[in-house]
This record gives sequence, C-alpha cells and structure tokens, in this order.
Amino acid sequence: MDWLAKLGQATIDRFAAIGRATGMLMGAIIAAPQVKNIPLTIKQIYVVGVQSLSIIVVSGLFIGMVMALQGYTILVDYGAEGSLGPMVALSILRELGPVVTALLFAGRAGSALTAEIGLMKATEQLSSLEMMAVDPLRRVVAPRLWAGLISMPMLTMIFSAVGILGGHLVGVEWLGVDVGSYWSIMQSTVEWNEDVMNGVIKSVFFAFVITWIAIFKGYDSTPTSEGISAATTQTVVYSSLAVLGLDFVLTAIMFGIE
Amino acid sequence: MTSRKVEVLVGLFVALAIAASLMLALNVASQGSVGQGDTYTLYAKFDNIGGLKERSSVKVGGVVIGRVEKIKLDPKDFTPVVTLSISTTYDQFPETSSASILTSGLLGEQYVGFQPGFTIDDIENLADGDYIADTKSALVLEDLIGQFLFSKGSD
Amino acid sequence: MKNLIDIDSLTFKRGNRVIYDNISLHIPEGKTTAIMGPSGIGKTTLLKLIGGQLRPNSGDIKFRGESIPGMTRKRLFHVRRQMSMLFQSGALFTDISVFDNIAYPLREHSNLSEDLIKTIVLLKLQAVGLRGAVNLMPSELSGGMARRAALARAIALDPELILYDEPFAGQDPISMGVLVKLIKELNNALNLTSVVVTHDVNEVMSIADHVYILAEKKIIGSGTPEQIKQSDSALVQQFLRGEADGPVPFHYPAKSLEQEFLGVN
Repeated sequence: MDWLAKLGQATIDRFAAIGRATGMLMGAIIAAPQVKNIPLTIKQIYVVGVQSLSIIVVSGLFIGMVMALQGYTILVDYGAEGSLGPMVALSILRELGPVVTALLFAGRAGSALTAEIGLMKATEQLSSLEMMAVDPLRRVVAPRLWAGLISMPMLTMIFSAVGILGGHLVGVEWLGVDVGSYWSIMQSTVEWNEDVMNGVIKSVFFAFVITWIAIFKGYDSTPTSEGISAATTQTVVYSSLAVLGLDFVLTAIMFGIE
Repeated sequence: MTSRKVEVLVGLFVALAIAASLMLALNVASQGSVGQGDTYTLYAKFDNIGGLKERSSVKVGGVVIGRVEKIKLDPKDFTPVVTLSISTTYDQFPETSSASILTSGLLGEQYVGFQPGFTIDDIENLADGDYIADTKSALVLEDLIGQFLFSKGSD
Repeated sequence: MKNLIDIDSLTFKRGNRVIYDNISLHIPEGKTTAIMGPSGIGKTTLLKLIGGQLRPNSGDIKFRGESIPGMTRKRLFHVRRQMSMLFQSGALFTDISVFDNIAYPLREHSNLSEDLIKTIVLLKLQAVGLRGAVNLMPSELSGGMARRAALARAIALDPELILYDEPFAGQDPISMGVLVKLIKELNNALNLTSVVVTHDVNEVMSIADHVYILAEKKIIGSGTPEQIKQSDSALVQQFLRGEADGPVPFHYPAKSLEQEFLGVN
C-alpha cells in the first residue's frame, strides 16, 4: 500500500510541476510585447546566442568533416563519391544540424540559464523584483525565452552552413572529389522548403522546449546550492531527452511515409 | 542598459546567421526550385513506374521543369497514375508531348523524361489537369533479362 | 495614532508546520516598529506576508485598511510601489552596476529623463554615503556597502513603508552603527514607516518606537523598548539577555541521555 501512495504522490507532483511550468510560460508570453523588454532581449541573445557561437562553429566544422570522411569511404566503393555533397548536406540540414545544435545549446546555454535564474532566486533577486512591483516573468523570464527562440534557429543555420563547408574541406580539398559535382549535385538534390526550412522549423521547436525547461527548472529550483546543481543537471538531461524524442516525432511528421 | 559592445556583437551574430542562410539558399538548395513557384498539374499513366518516387524530378533535355507530386493506382484499370506538377514558366507544351521514365546513370535515381512533341496549328497546348497520352514505362531489369533469355532460348 | 498595517488573527502554515498561530499586530504610521525573535521562527515570512508574496491560511493583513491577500495582482503591484523591502542579502542585481541597480525602479515605474534619474540616483547614494561607489559592480562591494546600496535602491521611489529583513545580520560593529544611523535618519527625515525584523537586541532597541517579540508561533511580548525591558515574561528576559538556557531550551528536543546511550526506557 505504501508504494501505491508513493506512486500517487509522485504522479501528483509531476502534474503539479507541469501546471506550474505552464503557468509560468503563459505569464511570460502574455507579458512579452513590451518596448522595455527589447534591450533586455538583445542582451540575452548575446548571452545565449553569441556566446554559444564558438562551440557551434567548431562542432559544425568537425561534424561536417567527419561526415565527408565517413561518407567518402563508403561511397567510393560504389563509384558514387559524386553523391558526397548531397549526403553531407542532407544529413546535416535535416538531422545533425538541428539536433546537435540543440544538444550543445542545452549543455551550454540551457544549464547556464537554469543556474542563473536559480541563483537569482537564491539571492532573493526575484523576490526583490516582486517587491519592486516588477513582474519577474516579464523582466527575467520573457526576455530569456524570446532570446532562446530567436538564437537557436540562427545557430542551426550557422551550424549547417559551416558543416557543409567542412564537408567541402575534407571531401573536395583533401580527398579530391570534384568540386563541381560536390556543389551541383547537392544543389539539384537539396530543396529549400523540404530540407532547409524543415531543419529550421525543428530547431524552433527544440529552442522552445530547451528554453522552457531551463527557465522553469531555475525558477522552480530549491534555492540552495544542492537545489541549483540538481536543477542544472535536470535541465541538461530533460532537455536532451526531450530534443531526441521530439526529433523523432517531427521527423515522422515531416518526412514520414504516408 | 545594453552596452555598445553587446549590441555590436549581437549585430554581427545576426549578420552571420543571414550569411549562413544566404549560403544555404544560393549554394546548397536548388535555385528557383519547382515546388516553390506556381505550378500546374499534368497526369500521366504508365504501365510500370519502376522505381519512380514522389518528389522525383521531371526533366526536359536534362533541365528540371517539375516534380512528381503523387503516385496512385487507378482503381478501374489498375494502371499507375503519376501526378506531375510542372512550373507555370513552361506552359507551352503541345498535346503531342510524351513522357517516359528514365534512369540517370546505371545506378542512379529514376526520373520522368518529358519529350515535347511537334507543334501544328490545330494542336492545343497541355493545360492544367490534362493527361499525357503518349507514355513509355520504366525499363525493368528483370523483364529485360527475361526477354533476353527467352529470345536466346528460341534460337 | 493611525496604523499603516494591521494584522488580524493571522495563521500561516508551511506544509503541516504552523509558523504563526493566530497572531495580531499593528504597525503605526511614521514610526519604527521592531519585530524580534529567535532565528528560525519565520520573521522573514512575516515580511513576505506583508508584501503579499505569501498568502495567509487564515486571518487578514491590511495596508491602510485594505486587505492585502484580497487584492488583485494588479492592485497589489500598485500598492507595492508604496512599500519597499531591504533583503538580508541586499539582493542587488549582480549583472548591472550600482548606478543601474538604483536607477532600476525609477526606470521601471517612472518616465523621468535620464538626467533626472542620474540626479536622483546620486542623491540617494549620497544619503547612504556611497556616491563614490556609483560605477562599481555589486560584486566589488563589501557586505555592508551592498546593504547600503540596496537601501538606496529601496528608497529610490520614496516609499511610505520600508521592510528591513535582518539589516544587522553579519555586519561588523562599524557597518552596524552606520546602518542604525541610516535607518533612524531615514525614518525621521522622510517620515517613513519602518518595520525592522532582527534578533540584534541592543541595536534595534535604540531606534525602535515599538517592539514585538515573536516566539513559538505567538507574540510573547509587545510595547515600547522600556516596557519590554521591564517585562516579567521569562522568555522575553531570556531573549533580551541572551541566556543559553531557559524557557527556550539549549537542547534540541531529543530522547533522554539514558535512553540514547543505555537503551533504558
């Protein structure tokens, strides 16, 4: 009987947390369109976007290079190394770009967001805003949410572009695939709507989920050092799992066979 | 509140993202690709479509003019009906045009090769929703081998 | 004498733990009221109740006769502009400078020009003696300076009520003296109502007009500092003199020694 009660308690806790998270989201989104928030959002784009740029560029470059190397060794056996371009481009645009960017974003920016908001709570900064008659959802949560939603698709674009250049570097410059066939076959295969935009749409969904989880975990954390460190870990774990799960669902909807 | 440096760096970030999307648009994705602009629909019946798939290209002399929109089986006579969406830029094909399913290279993907027919005064152009009368089915390797063996055997 | 805040038969629970059991207290306008009591009895909670951040389980809290728990969020935000709170940690925003911290409530709630804001900020900093630290970041301030800067921020909008949460905790004697002087001067100069929550008996006795002592979920003593000093309650006397043992036991409730070590019942 005891475990049954515990199961019930855990379920109730989960649902209560989902309810609080939704409430927070609503508060932040309704509070969003304000002129005073624009400089704050720009600052947050700097924090979550610009500061994630180096890790995104370096990872994109290496992933593109590895894709080209792996792809070449397989394709060359069939004499089809001309298809290296579309292979690299499609796998990066459709999958690796959005997903790897999201995972890196969760690790780099998501954890930082949770820790920052958790610490603001622990040092009474959120309470202090409340007492100044300033809604923390409006001034703290909303700019971060928008910054995440704006930055992630841009980071994904940059990741994909750099990855394809990395593929060019290894495939064309090093392994000697014909430069014309790398780019022209890629161009004839890749479609803007189907491949590029779907990747970007995926990244918008990922951004939303990661930023939401990260901000909520910080906002809802126990204001102690253990509480914040646990919340930070949970952010990375939950948002990574959510990204991978959501990726399957989105892929099934976008590219799924009817 | 936002310092100058932050503003400049965010500006650079946005510029970089725009550059990346331009590169994706111009160098990576197909330019002026069919499916974006206005299209009109043509139908073609084939006896056998081989490995043709939705989104396969429709080409005239190697130039892509459209895509395969849908592949269905006609429920009455059990022949595959292929729906082609063709860019409205190319809407002057005469009714005598023919479509055949071809393969690019030995192992390459299959596409619909479109052959514009001759134009005489009383022949109209293909319009939206028309069927292409003259079609050639895909070559199926097994059939070819079978025919080859059969003709060998009858020698 | 008019009361700015009236607390009527307030009960507050955290989970199943009762923090306040049916307490009533009144905070007169323009005076300094001290609320004292041992650590861990939720004095900060009381301030959060007054600020409307927490809701009581029963009873009422009135600000100028208007019930705080009964307000809409919008009305509450409006009322909060007339009060401000000095947090124990100072709660300065760590990502912006001292100047921006103090300008923050002004920029949020007024449409003053930047020039005017600059003048006000410098005046407020002058009042707490930190005009020289205007361009420092909060991390560069000492604990006492951070609290003074936070005080400057708390008075930026000229509130009518300031809630001080443990203003003297963890301060060296000099900064403590500075803070006592500031609270007293602000109260006199601006005709503010102050509520000081603390357990530093001597400091607060010197500035308070009225004192409440909270312990064991109840108010165990109230009156002017003189009346409190003469109180015949053993608990109040133990608290004032800082005795280790008395009605508040030295030992956390535990089994008897015999039981613990010998297993004797």
